[in-house]
Amino acid sequence: MSIQIFTLIIFAGSMLAGLLGSLTGLGGGIVIIPMLSIAFGVDIRYAIGASIVAVIATSSGAASAYVKEGIANMRLGMFLEIATTIGAVVGAFLAVYAPTNLIAIIFGVILLFSAFFSFRNHSFSVSNIPVRGWISHLKLASNYPDSQGNNIDYSVQNVAGGFIMMWIAGILSGLLGIGSGAFKVLAMDNIMRIPFKVSTTTSNFMIGVTASASAVAYFQRGYIDPGLCLPVTLGVLAGAYFGSRILTKAPTKGLRIIFAFVIVILAIEMMYNGFAHRL
Amino acid sequence: MNNSWQEKDIETMLGNVLRFGVILASAVILIGGIMYLTHHNSNTPNYTTFHGLQQPFHSLSAIIDGLKILQGEAIIQFGVLLLIATPIARIVFSIVGFLREKDMLYVFISLIVLAIIFASATLGIRG
Repeated sequence: MSIQIFTLIIFAGSMLAGLLGSLTGLGGGIVIIPMLSIAFGVDIRYAIGASIVAVIATSSGAASAYVKEGIANMRLGMFLEIATTIGAVVGAFLAVYAPTNLIAIIFGVILLFSAFFSFRNHSFSVSNIPVRGWISHLKLASNYPDSQGNNIDYSVQNVAGGFIMMWIAGILSGLLGIGSGAFKVLAMDNIMRIPFKVSTTTSNFMIGVTASASAVAYFQRGYIDPGLCLPVTLGVLAGAYFGSRILTKAPTKGLRIIFAFVIVILAIEMMYNGFAHRL
Repeated sequence: MNNSWQEKDIETMLGNVLRFGVILASAVILIGGIMYLTHHNSNTPNYTTFHGLQQPFHSLSAIIDGLKILQGEAIIQFGVLLLIATPIARIVFSIVGFLREKDMLYVFISLIVLAIIFASATLGIRG
């Protein structure tokens, strides 16, 4: 295959991944790795390297829009980034020693979890109990504007639990080359009882920093190949941008079911190949 | 009220930093990509086996050397580095924002995050 055709095919696939990822809110990075490794036979380490760069691009692009709306909680994000970046460094370290087939199996499990997680309902009651003790100095409680423009106050619960979950999200990001947005939202929404909209936007804000901590380690190990990063990064970015434009008109619910179905198949394929030592 | 206005100001600044970084990096990757695809006559590189550090552009000095002779792959890698640097730049600008708000605790927290990323970059855990 000529290099031009190869680049064009990867670009088209990445664009579709970015489009579906942005329309469903699951992120584009999550299908890039199985796409490259299963469909194109790319070594999983190159796939991880290209994915993490694409994750930085889309999360930074999306966060630039969110942050101006004043919904993301900057202090909360920065505080929890301590946990995610430490996790990312640990994950990237583990990635050196973990056999690639084990990484494929873990990836499959995480894919399944993410698909399941996207259908879970998130109608948790938002906490208004004031934060006590030394944690209150962190000023994590805040407010956000709702769709009517009213400021809604919220508090945070179980900061230690959320911090540990963020650390795990960071490890997965560093080990697998994903944004692990689902786990970040889990930490904020389920554990810390932060409003869903604040959780998703703050998560997006944090993904780029977490991914950068992993990417600097990957870079020095030769995981990041320019010939792959070119179509993957530009493709995912173009798809995500187009997705954000048509988001209000798209049948997101139907797409979400289709995308979750695709993810489940990819997850099984990844696990099967991992157990068969093919990846 | 004054405080909340400042907060909004910082958020807008951080949003602009992120947008500028992504646009700049993408433009560099695109330019490098066009050069890479037009000057490359051989077949697709073999990605099925991992070459690790045999890949020529995994260090800053190698990328700079490649940039001097306008090598497409080096330009793409430089764009990738700009992209990796974008969230890091966001942290640096957050520190400026927290300093303006005189929130020393968050200046400190931001510096810790920066130090962790710096450690990840310099420890050089090689595979």
